[in-house]
Amino acid sequence: MFSDFMTNTWITASVVAIIAGGVGFFVVLRGSSFLAHALPHGAFAGAAGATLIGMDPILGMGIFAVGGALAVTTLGRRGRSDVVIALSLVVMLAFGALFLSLGSQYSSEVFALLFGQILGVSSAEVLPIVVLGALSAVAIITGYRPLLLSSVLPEMAAARGISTYAIDVYFALVVALATAMSVPVVGALLMFSLMVGPPAAARSFFADPLRAIPLSIGFALVTVWIAIAASYQSNLPVGFFVTLVSAVLYGIGRGWFALSSRRITVAA
Amino acid sequence: MTATPVETTAPAPVLEARGIGVWLSGRRILHDVSFAVQPGEFIGLIGSNGAGKTTLLRVILGLQRPTSGSIEIGGKHPGHGAEVVGYLPQKVALDSDLPLRARDVVALGLDGQKLGIPLPSAKRTALVDDMLAAVDATSFADARVGLLSGGQQQRVLIAHALISRPRLLLLDEPLANLDIRSSSEIVELLARVSRERGVAVLLSAHDLNPLLPFMDRIVYLEGGRAVSGTSDEVVQSDVLTALYGRRVDVLRVEGRVLVVAGPDEAHGHDE
Repeated sequence: MFSDFMTNTWITASVVAIIAGGVGFFVVLRGSSFLAHALPHGAFAGAAGATLIGMDPILGMGIFAVGGALAVTTLGRRGRSDVVIALSLVVMLAFGALFLSLGSQYSSEVFALLFGQILGVSSAEVLPIVVLGALSAVAIITGYRPLLLSSVLPEMAAARGISTYAIDVYFALVVALATAMSVPVVGALLMFSLMVGPPAAARSFFADPLRAIPLSIGFALVTVWIAIAASYQSNLPVGFFVTLVSAVLYGIGRGWFALSSRRITVAA
Repeated sequence: MTATPVETTAPAPVLEARGIGVWLSGRRILHDVSFAVQPGEFIGLIGSNGAGKTTLLRVILGLQRPTSGSIEIGGKHPGHGAEVVGYLPQKVALDSDLPLRARDVVALGLDGQKLGIPLPSAKRTALVDDMLAAVDATSFADARVGLLSGGQQQRVLIAHALISRPRLLLLDEPLANLDIRSSSEIVELLARVSRERGVAVLLSAHDLNPLLPFMDRIVYLEGGRAVSGTSDEVVQSDVLTALYGRRVDVLRVEGRVLVVAGPDEAHGHDE
């Protein structure tokens, strides 16, 4: 489990977890879970398309995730954003299915894009993931305060000259970046659970965002580490364990919040 | 209006609106609205739902471009002097499990537009603590903001808007969802900070009674038209009858005012 073969896995999974935990804090804060669900599917379609024409899947994912992010935020300004996201999601999923049926490599590669292939990360895959991860981290740290303000008090932020639309686009691009880097490792379906479960659990424990974010990253790390170990031992898909652990963490978080907020109300 | 300032030493108004008109999707929302706000004044923007109060506030903030007329804030056009205006929107929904303490919300008022993660700073903490104390929010400074009561949340949001030291504070229906006691506490607090910090307050409300003891002047908005003056000048049957375009009676009962629309008689005024 800690052999050389697994070193890349531990590194990339940890990088993905750190980014998912940090970006995910804002996903939950902004109520953008649906966006975080849709963009990985776009990335999946992009990867399937790229494989079909012999391009680097990471590039295809990047193009589709960024394009999806821009489309969703721009179209969502006019109509209801949940409807726009839902339609974008199914359109991208449909393209993914189309590209798959046109291609010949139906089997393991595609399965990996959807469910992750964490137990076989090659050395060549590590560097792009680390670079994209660092970019996402810089983007979140740089935009921290305007993101926080615009997410919680959008009208008050706008009155200070922080454009809600600019923040929407900026954040969708960050999610796209985080998605593109992580889909080949944890898979499209599971990146979503990693960006929502651990952050949603963490915010139940701390009211201070500068504590909740590190805890969110910690939860995400624990989630992928447990999932890799369990997957390695049981030979079952890693994504199953990722989802299971993050759901359990979320349940514990909600329970803690219910208890602690009741205590405050009684004391007040 | 022909209110020419008499004293030459009168300070420049913090806000001056001249003939503001706004059309939105074929409907006239504001029609020739003019008024001025002097530094440190406490002004009630009174009107029923749909009278155009929120639109007027959005024009002042530079979030809505007027179709006609001009507006100046501290001598600048809205949007170019954004620092001088603090703003509290009508409905602020804060989830109960929002990972923010009251002091975090106030700190975002200080430097929320800056990039990067705030570094720990004794000066920043002291400024936030002072501001929390000024709105009597010290006792719940470290509480989760989503778990506070409506009145407590209003205090925190007022502190958020005031900490950047604006010269003008706009509040859109801040009393709408408060019980009578919290509502009068918030009005007293606003009157106090307005006096102590020299901030002009423009506060919209549909009921003018909680504001009566504190207002310097009133801007009465109905159907997109406005009359301004002291409350004694404006809240009169003849003035409001002209504004509403139908008969309005003003009843005064023990220091409170009741504005009662009369029957909608078809008395053929030209409109």
